[in-house]
Amino acid sequence: MPSLKDLKNRIASVKSTRKITKAMQMVAAAKLRRAQDAAEAARPYADKMADVVNGLAASVAGSDTAPKLLAGTGSDKTHLLVVMTAERGLCGGFNSSIVKLARIHANKLVAEGKTVKILTVGKKGREQLKRDLGAHLVAHIDLSEVKRVGYQNAADVANKVFDMFDAGEFDVATIFFNRFESVISQVPTATQVIPAVVPEGAEAAALYDYEPSEEAILADLLPRAVTTQIFTALLENAASEQGARMSAMDNATRNAGDMIDRLTTEYNRSRQASITKELIEIISGAEAL
Amino acid sequence: MADMLQFDLVSPERKLASGLARAVQIPGADGDLTAMPDHAPTITTLRPGVLVVEGASGEDRYVVTGGFAEISPEATTVLAERAYPAAGEEARAALQGILEEVRGKAGAASGADKDVLDKAADDLAKVIDGL
Repeated sequence: MPSLKDLKNRIASVKSTRKITKAMQMVAAAKLRRAQDAAEAARPYADKMADVVNGLAASVAGSDTAPKLLAGTGSDKTHLLVVMTAERGLCGGFNSSIVKLARIHANKLVAEGKTVKILTVGKKGREQLKRDLGAHLVAHIDLSEVKRVGYQNAADVANKVFDMFDAGEFDVATIFFNRFESVISQVPTATQVIPAVVPEGAEAAALYDYEPSEEAILADLLPRAVTTQIFTALLENAASEQGARMSAMDNATRNAGDMIDRLTTEYNRSRQASITKELIEIISGAEAL
Repeated sequence: MADMLQFDLVSPERKLASGLARAVQIPGADGDLTAMPDHAPTITTLRPGVLVVEGASGEDRYVVTGGFAEISPEATTVLAERAYPAAGEEARAALQGILEEVRGKAGAASGADKDVLDKAADDLAKVIDGL
């Protein structure tokens, strides 16, 4: 049985842990609101971009002159997986769930005899993937200095991807991120970005005049569309991370509270036990006289 | 209102302007064009330049560095990579930075890429002078 002093120390340390997790939860809540606003603000651009590109892509898809970003390289031997995770931990299953999805995907591709290359964004994913898929990691983009994800960060990631694509280093690119559903639910998602996927039933937007030409515009727009997709993914990820951290820290705070209650009961009990023991000693001492 | 069109200017990070406008002057890649209500549906890419919006209460000017515009009879949407209100130092400072960057890239590029970048740099320099 631990001594009274031990118990007291233990309670004090759990109390300070609870303070920290409580503070982290509140910080995450404030950051979450900002991240959600940013994701919200980026939506009109992304939606419009997707509309226009889908319309264009549907009308150009069949032709021989379609840009490579749309038509692909003609093979699907080499896959690039862009795995976006957080730079920090303490956010529940946030990082693990993305990594898990990416790992399943990678193993499936390897089993099919495809070559897999992995580009990691964010430190945590790299650390987790290094263990079993270390041989496939080709590049890493560090966002640890970035406080708020901007379009420029997405452009950096996208440019890296385009450089590799132009150099013929891969045929198909897929991005992995957590889609923000709510504070308690983030859905790990895989989206193929290169070659662009034209959704079923997208109609050729034939009524538009194009300046300069459909294909010139498409060639100009496709890289932007990919960048926008990556930007959206980064924003969703940022919001998800804060949401995941918030609920993880909420749990931690509650657990710490339970633990304090338990320890306090134990402390009071053993204090009472020792008082009783002393009383018995005094009384039996007095009776012996 | 038949003599007004819905105008939106959005950048990847936020919506910069939204409202009714009488006419919108767009710096298109193949030359300037002005969108007015009942314009034929058009999609055009942008070159660096100044976007002029004639609204109900006067004229607003925005500097855009690239992107594209979608024009339909009722609405004009400009999706700009980067856009700034033309008044104020922010636009000038940002443009100078972009100009340096483009010039640097043009110096390193060759062939068709170089022509494109040189043209972009010229356009940017003109915009900066015009501010």
